[in-house]
Amino acid sequence: MLLIPCPWCGPRDEAEFHYGGQAHVPYPENPAELSDQEWARYLFFRDNPKGPFAERWSHSAGCRRWFNAVRDTSTNEILAVYRSGEERPERFEPRPVTSQPSPPHSAGPVSEAGAGAPSGPIGDLGAELPAGFRHPTLGRIDRGTPLTFTFDGTEYQGYRGDTLASALLANGVIQAATSIKLGRPRGIFSAGVEEPNAVIQIEAPFPEPMLPATAVELYDGLVASSLPGQGRLATEPDPARYDAVHAHCDLLIVGAGPAGLAAAAAAARSGARVILADDQPEPGGSLLGSGEHLDWVREVGALLETAPEVRVLPRTTVFGYYDDNHLLAVERRTNHLGAAAPAKASRERVWRIRARRVVLATGAHERSLAFADNDRPGVMLAASARTYLHRHGVLPGRRAVVFTTNDSAYPAALDLAAVGVEVPVIVDTRTDAGEWGRRAEAAGIEVLTGHAVIGTEGEARLSAVTVAPFGEREGGREFAADLLLVSGGWNPVAHLFSQSGGKLRHDDTLGSFVPDTGRQAVEVAGSASGVLDLPTVLAQGAAAAGRALEAEGYTPENPALPDVTASPYTAPMQVFTVPGREGAPRFVDLQRDVTVEDLTRATGAGLRSVEHTKRYTTAGTANDQGKTSGLLAGGVVAELLGVDISALGTTTFRPPYVPVSFAALAGRDRGALSDPVRTTALHDWHVMQGALFENVGQWKRPWYYPQSGEDMETAVLRECAAAREGVAFMDASTLGKIDVQGPDAGVFLDLLYTNMMSTLKPGMIRYGVMCRPDGMVFDDGTVIRLTPDRFLVTTTTGNAATVLDWMEEWLQTEWPHLRVHCTSVTEQWATVALVGPKSREVLGSLAPDLAVGNDDFPFMAWRDTTVAGIEARVCRISFSGELAYEINVSPWHALDLWEAVHEAGTPYGITPYGTETMHVLRAEKGYPIIGQDTDGTITPQDLGMGWAVSKKKPDFLGKRSFTRPDTLRADRKHLVGLLPDDPATFLPEGTHLVADSVLPPPPVPMLGHVTSSYRSAALGRTFALALIKGGRDRIGERLYAPVGDRLVPVTVTGPVLFDPEGARRDG
Amino acid sequence: MADPTLTPRSPLLSAKERLADATRASHGRVRLAELPFLTQIGLRLDPKGPAAGAVGVALGVPLPLEPDTVTRARDLTVLWLGPDEWLVVGEPGARRELEDRIRAAAGDEPVSVTDVSAQRTTLLVTGPHARDLLAHGCSLDLHPRGFGPGRCAQTTLGRTQVVLVARDRPGAGFWILVRSSFAGYLTDWLLDAAAEYL
Repeated sequence: MLLIPCPWCGPRDEAEFHYGGQAHVPYPENPAELSDQEWARYLFFRDNPKGPFAERWSHSAGCRRWFNAVRDTSTNEILAVYRSGEERPERFEPRPVTSQPSPPHSAGPVSEAGAGAPSGPIGDLGAELPAGFRHPTLGRIDRGTPLTFTFDGTEYQGYRGDTLASALLANGVIQAATSIKLGRPRGIFSAGVEEPNAVIQIEAPFPEPMLPATAVELYDGLVASSLPGQGRLATEPDPARYDAVHAHCDLLIVGAGPAGLAAAAAAARSGARVILADDQPEPGGSLLGSGEHLDWVREVGALLETAPEVRVLPRTTVFGYYDDNHLLAVERRTNHLGAAAPAKASRERVWRIRARRVVLATGAHERSLAFADNDRPGVMLAASARTYLHRHGVLPGRRAVVFTTNDSAYPAALDLAAVGVEVPVIVDTRTDAGEWGRRAEAAGIEVLTGHAVIGTEGEARLSAVTVAPFGEREGGREFAADLLLVSGGWNPVAHLFSQSGGKLRHDDTLGSFVPDTGRQAVEVAGSASGVLDLPTVLAQGAAAAGRALEAEGYTPENPALPDVTASPYTAPMQVFTVPGREGAPRFVDLQRDVTVEDLTRATGAGLRSVEHTKRYTTAGTANDQGKTSGLLAGGVVAELLGVDISALGTTTFRPPYVPVSFAALAGRDRGALSDPVRTTALHDWHVMQGALFENVGQWKRPWYYPQSGEDMETAVLRECAAAREGVAFMDASTLGKIDVQGPDAGVFLDLLYTNMMSTLKPGMIRYGVMCRPDGMVFDDGTVIRLTPDRFLVTTTTGNAATVLDWMEEWLQTEWPHLRVHCTSVTEQWATVALVGPKSREVLGSLAPDLAVGNDDFPFMAWRDTTVAGIEARVCRISFSGELAYEINVSPWHALDLWEAVHEAGTPYGITPYGTETMHVLRAEKGYPIIGQDTDGTITPQDLGMGWAVSKKKPDFLGKRSFTRPDTLRADRKHLVGLLPDDPATFLPEGTHLVADSVLPPPPVPMLGHVTSSYRSAALGRTFALALIKGGRDRIGERLYAPVGDRLVPVTVTGPVLFDPEGARRDG
Repeated sequence: MADPTLTPRSPLLSAKERLADATRASHGRVRLAELPFLTQIGLRLDPKGPAAGAVGVALGVPLPLEPDTVTRARDLTVLWLGPDEWLVVGEPGARRELEDRIRAAAGDEPVSVTDVSAQRTTLLVTGPHARDLLAHGCSLDLHPRGFGPGRCAQTTLGRTQVVLVARDRPGAGFWILVRSSFAGYLTDWLLDAAAEYL
């Protein structure tokens, strides 16, 4: 969400603002002197530059001031704002690049032979392999809390602290899906959100599709099933609550791994407001997976807990990075509690975080290699296997072959070997495995350098791996194995950085893309920046937080960091495809079943961009968004094209980083709260009387009041008859009301309305029409003159806010010299319309002080008086042609008035009526409803209301347009009446009208359409209003209306069908 | 004369019990109540003209000129709504007197004085979790460092526009002024958002 700096209120969310088009296009001083062409240029032509553009904006949900902004149309950046009437600034500071490239770092620490302990806490080589797949002591699971769950119909046990994936592995289950296109068995491949294979369906307690088993925390009673690549949505509504929270901070740290924790430790006691978000239930990140420095993790956790302005959000995935450091995150609050989740707490919460500074410590994902039959259950990322061991005490297999291009698989192999997993061989594509190779050999593991895996065996689970010198496709040695650990290198998780507008560059040593320059106040630290050795990761995190805090005026601390020795290092080898057995598929994107052969077809078809090959093959488009496969696909395409991957770049990273449910995004804006409901002071009465409601804008207006057994048609005919023959009353409180005050109020209204308002006498009322400068009707209503300097203007119900904004726009931008102010008073008054021949008697009985006779209180006059003992302003206006009054009182007394009117009218059979009856009554009189009978292309003259357009005023909005050739066309659509020849035939609104009784071949010339259609009690038949080309010249003509497969004959009439003489107005 | 036997009905009269129930159930963590019938006078005038000072003298407190701030006299709070627009909020029943006082002070200056007491009603939101409750639907930073006593803002809460006012003591919560027609929606929204604190 962009922040727009209001010149008055400061930066606010763009949602508070309203766009007003190009700035500095002044209303011409004398439109009458302009040629048609010049006037059309003013009306319709605006610049459309790329780059800085001066625009009008209104802080419409704030201080309601119009101002100007210079916005770069190519980046959306607001370069300058200035108040209305001020000159556009000549120069503005372009926003500086707020983050610099990560400082260059050495490709890796140089190892001192023999220095550093073997990775991990496990020193006992040759330990005995425990029975089964769970280690008796290792892991961070709570062995005191066993949990029962069901997968594919079989019941299993796991522990608190397991994921569904770790619990399945502990039970010896590795296959968790079949692939979407080829139906091949697929196993758990990773230990995190990057999982491409083990995407499962939760069945109970509430169905949820397509969740990675690696990211589902186990709970008691969980029922899940494997999926053939595609899940099922629940058929019943989700009973859980979802919500959102807006949060603000000086520093947001994304990721609580070593870099993020170091950053948080540096910031904890600075006084800055800090948010630390991490997708796991506990902090630690990769340290949880390696089992290292967990004491330090615990200490930092305790420090953060006691820091007053620090908020730690566990189980929270930051999934989107938007303009002006606005980041969205989803917190999974109660999922892990299963059926025990408290009903009043939201299940998931979307955090809308506005951060002054951001440190992204999002880590890195291990990637795979495209070798033959690389998709069998049992093929797993090497570091993930290590994570299962240290976090969950799970042995993902009992005999593991390791296949790597870099150092990072060695610690995994050594740790597994240390607990007794058989590791017969490490297959390394490099010719020299360095110190790690020597350590592996010392641990009794054969290291085959310059080798690769050329094939695998096994159906439900891997059974054997064949290894040959790298480049060869046949022969080789076969190793029995139920686990094949793979490491093809590491991809920094640069998704959020890229979304922020940051650029990536290719790091040739790392063999991946790393963050380069940024566009926002963000820094990337740790392996997300491409640094893989722990000492540098920690130092980077602390330094990034330090810089951010200093920029915000806080003093960071030098945090206590764990004493870390540099690990041995040998440069990785960049490998994507691995030659293998003829005919064996080499998968690139496991979730989409995309192979090297598929990508070969794409490049063979001439595709040269990774964006194109992605769309051609669907690689990277599954719900894992290609986290483990994206760069691999790019590398394969680069090899196929014979270019360097750095020249290809990556596909675009778009939010969300992980799938987010619509329910979470909707939050509490659903059901009854999905949109505000506006009600009048009389709403409860209408509900009690059984009214059905119509939505008008956000208002709930009574539509009609059916009595027992009545359908809509009967009820409306009854309500109409009461208004025409006796007396009826309606809640008209929703009409917009604007108080216009000031010495120039009359001049102002003369400019806004097509008719003359300044000549209106205090005590009197005039109907008025408002047009846009293009001459099209925009709103209508009545204008009451209260005093010489004060008017009360009414607008249509749905247009009140728009009209007020319109008034303010002209006053603030074009006519600031006018001494006049407008104030909304819509809810200050409740309005009761009292309609019908008996309305005078009812009013008279309630307003003893009011002379209600026609001479004393004529049509279009208003009086202040008391009605039923309540201070009231009574207006004699009519929207039905009947004698009628509108009684305005304070809404605090609306119910008193309403009930008094009801009681006083009872002897006359007073009847409440709704909007449908109001529409029928007005349509019988040919009164248009703006927005129903008009659509923004209709002039007052088109409506037959030329009488409301002043000939005397030198100018008003719309006047110049009435002499444009287009508005003078003879074939413009006019508002006319229509009578179906059969008085019982009802024309649906929107029905088209054609000239002939037989449809010609298409295209059929359309003459217009029905805008309003009703059954009339007064006319005893159906009728309609329509906009028809040259309609007033067609009165008496027969036209045809296609309704279903019939052509209904209709006759064109004038729009006024009832009481054309106006005899009923005065009672 | 108005009938003195008539009792005014506020927009949230029918929600009174629900608000009180939520306050009770939260054990003081959030307190919600309507403050009905406060006098509210909309005032528009040139802040540089002579009327600005004269009206300030008549009110006993200068009009706030800094955006999004309030000034307070004994029984009046004056809210900045725009560079030439203020809302004067007082005790119930003072609208006629207050309107007359302002008009008299402005004399012949072109000012706009409008009784809008029924246009909006006021919700009191206080208690230790008041800020957390509002953060569910308000994008402004309401941290006391930026939105302490003396601040007000027109913004959006849930899906409706409101005027937020920080009350006069730190930690004393907020006034939410909301258009009467939206008050029912906003109350439903607040009660739903408060569920977590009950």
